[in-house]
Amino acid sequence: MNFSEVFKQSNQLCKVSPDGKYLATCVQYRLVVRDVSSLQILQLYTCLDQISHMEWSSDSLFILCAMYKRGLVQVWSLEQPDWHCKIDEGSIGLVSSRWSPDGRHILNTTEFHLRITVWSLCTKAVSYIKYPKACQKGIDFSRDGCYLALAERRDCKDYVSIFVCDDWHLLRHFETETQDLAGLEWSPNGCVLAVWDSCLEYKVLLYSLDGRLLSTYSAYEWSLGVKSVSWSPSSQFLAIGSYDEKVRILNHITWKKIVQFEHPAAIDNTKATVYKEVERRPAVVSEELSLHNITMGSTLFNTQSKYEICSLPVQIPVVKPDPDRANPKIGVSVLTFSSDSRYLATKNDNMATAVWVWDMQKMSLEAVLEHTSAVRCFLWDPRRPRLALCTGNSKLYLWSPGGCVSVQVPVEGGFQVQSLNWHCSGDSVILLGKEQLCLCYMDTDQEENS
Amino acid sequence: MGEWRATAASMEDPEISSISHVTMSPSRHNHVSVYSLPLSKSSYNVISAFCTEDNVPRCITYLNQELSSLGLSMCIEAGSPEGASLNAVPAINAMYELLQIHRQNMCTLEEMEEEQLKKLSTFEHMQTSNSRLKDQLELLMREKSGLHETERQLQLKIKTLQSCLKTEKEEVQKLQSIIASRASQYSHDAKRKEREALKLKERLSQLLVDRKEKKLAIDVLNCLGRSDGKRSLWRTAKLTASHESEMYKTLLGDYEASQKALLLENAELKKVLQQMKKEMMHILTPRQKSTSGASADDGQQQVDSDEAKAGDTSREALDQSCELAREQLLNSIRQQWRKLRNHVEKLDQASQVHNQMESNKETIPLETHEDEMERMRQEVQQCREFIHAQQQLLRQQLNTSFDDETAALLNDCYTLEEKERLKEEWKLFEEQKRNFEKERNNFTEAAIRLGREKMAFEEDRAAWLKNQFLNITPFTDRRRCSSSDGQSALSIMMC
Repeated sequence: MNFSEVFKQSNQLCKVSPDGKYLATCVQYRLVVRDVSSLQILQLYTCLDQISHMEWSSDSLFILCAMYKRGLVQVWSLEQPDWHCKIDEGSIGLVSSRWSPDGRHILNTTEFHLRITVWSLCTKAVSYIKYPKACQKGIDFSRDGCYLALAERRDCKDYVSIFVCDDWHLLRHFETETQDLAGLEWSPNGCVLAVWDSCLEYKVLLYSLDGRLLSTYSAYEWSLGVKSVSWSPSSQFLAIGSYDEKVRILNHITWKKIVQFEHPAAIDNTKATVYKEVERRPAVVSEELSLHNITMGSTLFNTQSKYEICSLPVQIPVVKPDPDRANPKIGVSVLTFSSDSRYLATKNDNMATAVWVWDMQKMSLEAVLEHTSAVRCFLWDPRRPRLALCTGNSKLYLWSPGGCVSVQVPVEGGFQVQSLNWHCSGDSVILLGKEQLCLCYMDTDQEENS
Repeated sequence: MGEWRATAASMEDPEISSISHVTMSPSRHNHVSVYSLPLSKSSYNVISAFCTEDNVPRCITYLNQELSSLGLSMCIEAGSPEGASLNAVPAINAMYELLQIHRQNMCTLEEMEEEQLKKLSTFEHMQTSNSRLKDQLELLMREKSGLHETERQLQLKIKTLQSCLKTEKEEVQKLQSIIASRASQYSHDAKRKEREALKLKERLSQLLVDRKEKKLAIDVLNCLGRSDGKRSLWRTAKLTASHESEMYKTLLGDYEASQKALLLENAELKKVLQQMKKEMMHILTPRQKSTSGASADDGQQQVDSDEAKAGDTSREALDQSCELAREQLLNSIRQQWRKLRNHVEKLDQASQVHNQMESNKETIPLETHEDEMERMRQEVQQCREFIHAQQQLLRQQLNTSFDDETAALLNDCYTLEEKERLKEEWKLFEEQKRNFEKERNNFTEAAIRLGREKMAFEEDRAAWLKNQFLNITPFTDRRRCSSSDGQSALSIMMC
């Protein structure tokens, strides 16, 4: 495993182009485009204000930079650095901005979600979409880029509109049976739309592409409901994580629950392996405590840690959430499937130091990874069943069915890994700290067991 | 005190007739009179037995003795020294005293009888009260047990009610917590919406005041082409229809794909079931043929299996579509499975019985097992001995082959090799040392040279500076200037 040198970035804005050749980072108001393999700067663009959001177009030719405070969006071209484009939303403000799947239209959501403006870079035309809903996930493009599903709310009722991305033609518009729609997501095959209600009511509705209601699923009443929803890449399973610390898996043929995964605090009676991160502080000899050493090598104080396999029964530390606060830190908030749909990684918010990996073939728990601090981010490799995690310290953790390993990021002065991104080929990981970023190149051979 | 009649004459006459006239008053008890009657009847005989004319003095003395024993002071005296006569006075006194005594006795007897009567009555009274109390006690005991029973039932009821109460309380608490979380969620959402509304109001007021609205605009250097290179079409009804058809095509495609997958899966499962059924039939039928006693049952089963076999081929033709065929297949599989299961159970039972009854048979394999073990142990022992012998031989060989000469020779060889190696290394070392010396010498020479050059350079520099300084000042000697110039130029060239 090799680590590159450290570069500056701001706002955790660092994205690899969809074709995997370029890496774009934002440093305050500058946009830096580098080559992924050599990390040399290829292009440098300057925007008018600090960049709040940056996104590659789907054909990797253009980059969108949005500055929410100023209400501006600037688009830069990689092939023609002289080409420029500036979209000014005027006094209506800007809350979010994104590309359309064809890479030629930009959708801007105005302040207070008053409307969505669709700017065309081909014709300079403008279209408006009224009454978009301000919710957890109110807008989703299908994976093939043909359709857009948008949540709307009119007269205290929720609606879903399906647009054809070619010409923004409204294909279907139907009311949903939700109290307060919280999110919607297309299945990877683009034929089913999953719609879920806010946490006050557990309800997941499945609509087909032409707007028919296929099925409704509700596990229980009254207690807080759905927290997160995820489709498996094969569209076979729909995983629903809820506030009762359970994950329910629905199958795509009958839309009924086939299995339920629980996250108990005391793990017993399972064939899963439990990895626990064990810290070992290096013995500090007093002669070495010179000022030089302290300033130069914070590696002296970097605690060594590695994974150890624990024998059952294991107790996972639980943090009870404050019962009086809204959106309590309890329940399954993150669900991700591996690219081959074989594994599902989950995180339960009141056991924030643990990541649970489930095997979807056997429908059972495969591994539990417990760390010394709360897990901040975990993502699957886009090609292989390999999970990368970070917990806010200077280590990168990797799990694969063969074992797991923790790697210290060898950066002087410490590097707190706050989030990470895989390269689309699965050969490298981008580690993002507070103001820095670092690339980690994986070896093509397997990691060793802890 | 009863009256008695006594005739003195009779006293004198020792004839019994006097005594026979002694009678009691009717106030006395009957048995006394009864007592007296036989006395009167037989008194003559008794008295006559006791006292006769001859033994009067003897009787008198006896009577005196008796009287004295009773505590009476009076005593009978004889009237005449001989003869059967009594002194009347003492005799009468004695009789009076005896009568007194008798009366007293009667009194006490009466009293005692009275007492006894009283006691009897109290006894009876107590008995009745005792029995009454016993009855009461029994009744009370029964009542107590009844009350105990009711108390126990009430306790049980209390327990169940308490547990019900506990569950209800728990449910209430759960509902309360749910309500609380929902309430906090609602209030949070309401606050959020209120804040947003406030922001909207502020913005609106700001916009109304600040009339200079910034127009929204796009500023592009040049328009881009579409990503797929095609030209965009006008929005017409045909286009709308084509969108619809596209959408339906995708949906249909997806459904067809899933249906295909399901069909494949279905076909595979059916194949597996068929195979299982065939194998089950195959397992069952030869057994049935071999079992002796072709009972009607067996025959029936054979017929069934034959039918099944016949029906199988026709069924395969129907396999693809028919609901009925599917049901038939499932039923036949279930049937075969049941048969197989029964058969296996029977076999299990038979084997158990077999094991229990014919334990002898087991001893034979056990014996052979033992023999095998014995043989193997022996083999192991032999191998061990062999290895041991080999080891010894090897050691001997190693030891004996080294008699002193050869040992010394071998040792010598080894040391010779080592010596050679050491010599070589020394040679290398010497060479390196020489090289180092050479280099060191070169270094020192270079250093000395450098020092000299440095000194020369310094001198030159000093001279040049001096010249410069002199050149700067206006009162310089031209001649000195030119020579120093030449010198400095030379020094510069050298450097």
